[in-house]
Amino acid sequence: MTKALISVTGLDATGIIARVATKLYELNINILDITQTILGGYFTMMMVVDLEGAHMTFEEINQALQPVRDELKMAIHIQRMDIFDAMHRI
Amino acid sequence: MIETGEILQTLRMIQEENFDIRTITLGIQLLDCADADPEICAGRVYDKICRVAKNLVRTGEEIETELGIPIVNKRISVTPVSLIAQGDPRPIALALDRAAREMGVNFLGGYSALMHKGATPADERLVASIPEVLSETERLCASVNVASTRAGINMNAVREMGEIIKQTAERTAELDGLGCAKLVVFANAVEDNPFMAGAFCGIGEPECAINVGVSGPGVVKVALEAVKGQPFDIVAETVKRTAFKITRVGQLVAREASQRLGIPFGIVDLSLAPTPARGDSVAHILMEMGLEMAGAPGTTAALALLNDAVKKGGVMASNHVGGLSGAFIPVSEDIGMIEAAAAGALTLEKLEAMTCVCSVGLDMIAIPGDTSAAAISGIIADEAAIGVVNNKTTAVRVIPAVGKQAGDRVEFGGLLGFAPVMPVNPFGNEEFIQRGGRIPAPLHSLRN
Repeated sequence: MTKALISVTGLDATGIIARVATKLYELNINILDITQTILGGYFTMMMVVDLEGAHMTFEEINQALQPVRDELKMAIHIQRMDIFDAMHRI
Repeated sequence: MIETGEILQTLRMIQEENFDIRTITLGIQLLDCADADPEICAGRVYDKICRVAKNLVRTGEEIETELGIPIVNKRISVTPVSLIAQGDPRPIALALDRAAREMGVNFLGGYSALMHKGATPADERLVASIPEVLSETERLCASVNVASTRAGINMNAVREMGEIIKQTAERTAELDGLGCAKLVVFANAVEDNPFMAGAFCGIGEPECAINVGVSGPGVVKVALEAVKGQPFDIVAETVKRTAFKITRVGQLVAREASQRLGIPFGIVDLSLAPTPARGDSVAHILMEMGLEMAGAPGTTAALALLNDAVKKGGVMASNHVGGLSGAFIPVSEDIGMIEAAAAGALTLEKLEAMTCVCSVGLDMIAIPGDTSAAAISGIIADEAAIGVVNNKTTAVRVIPAVGKQAGDRVEFGGLLGFAPVMPVNPFGNEEFIQRGGRIPAPLHSLRN
């Protein structure tokens, strides 16, 4: 399992989760966990996903998210969970 | 499972507080490239670097993308060139610069000589060539070790380096003396330093090694904002916790790079390295502790706490710690230091005191162009004395700004930044520097 975090931030609108989740489905990326809040109209979502099923390089997955970024005008970052584990778990 | 708050903290550090990995530096031994014919040696050097480092930049970029953390520099350090140059070292310098360009690294360090006790003919040839080499290469960095705690201070080398710095500044005068930004004079130079301009791959190092330098003064500053007015126990604890987190990421990057390149992991350098960007300043951490400006009374104590806490926090986070580890205090590369120098809060003398407790020494300081070579040698001797007696690495990287006076400004651009020209004590020291010889190694008992 290659776990990654996808963070999505920007102005709230309808269909953000749907659009991102659909793209992940197309890429065969399994969603393991989702948290989402809205603070002052600002949408923040974090998804923990498993990249194993995607059979693509990390960079290719990152590129595949670009149309979603452009369409939703949201900041979408994807990074391996290892960086969070390293920083916050001993 | 990682909590949301922890994820947000990491994202904030990277996106808002300028947390980055400052450098992945690949150390490469070149001892097997030595040859009596400089051109043959240069050819071997070029080929070896291009073979060993061919995936360095691409691998760095992949790790950067996957972990979502900027890795600002990918660099190379090599065996001190005076150890492999049996004749004219200049063809090797050109080969190194060409290899750096070909590999896409912004700096390559190791045009170096270790002459803390004395110089070989190869050391002398290399040192004499530094002004020409630094004016004719783009990415090559030079360093010379002139003193060590065990050998004392080689005052002949100190005298010569004053001249060499002057000549280097003059040869790169139209670039505000940029050549001198690529030249460091060390006492107690370390063999695994990943930071430029002083990086070289020491002879105790393996065939090649990955050394990583972390950064993140902005992260420490923001962490301290949350403990405003609290006693220093809390300040130290906060710095330690932050340094631990920063260093863990450095260790992760180092491990990834080492695995992917198939090159052994060397060390993580536990460093706070500033840039001229706002929010990336070591001086601003000192100000957050309660000083109006870096240089105000209390600055040395504040820096001592910071330097020590960074090491204590970081050392638990990495398997192997090394390099220069600590807080860097370059002037032109730190917006808070630039402001303090421009306001007159920070003087050369105060900086010298600060180097007793910081990670290295007098760094990226512009001085008037008419400063004598002897005065520069005097500055080097003072700094070397601090390092030798206190068993620490110290260094001098000063830039005589040709045609400029105290109060003028020099501009280097990029990470090297800009700086006000700082005044140098005008009283003479010619006779002192002319003596030459060696200042003996200090006694390390009867310590007071």
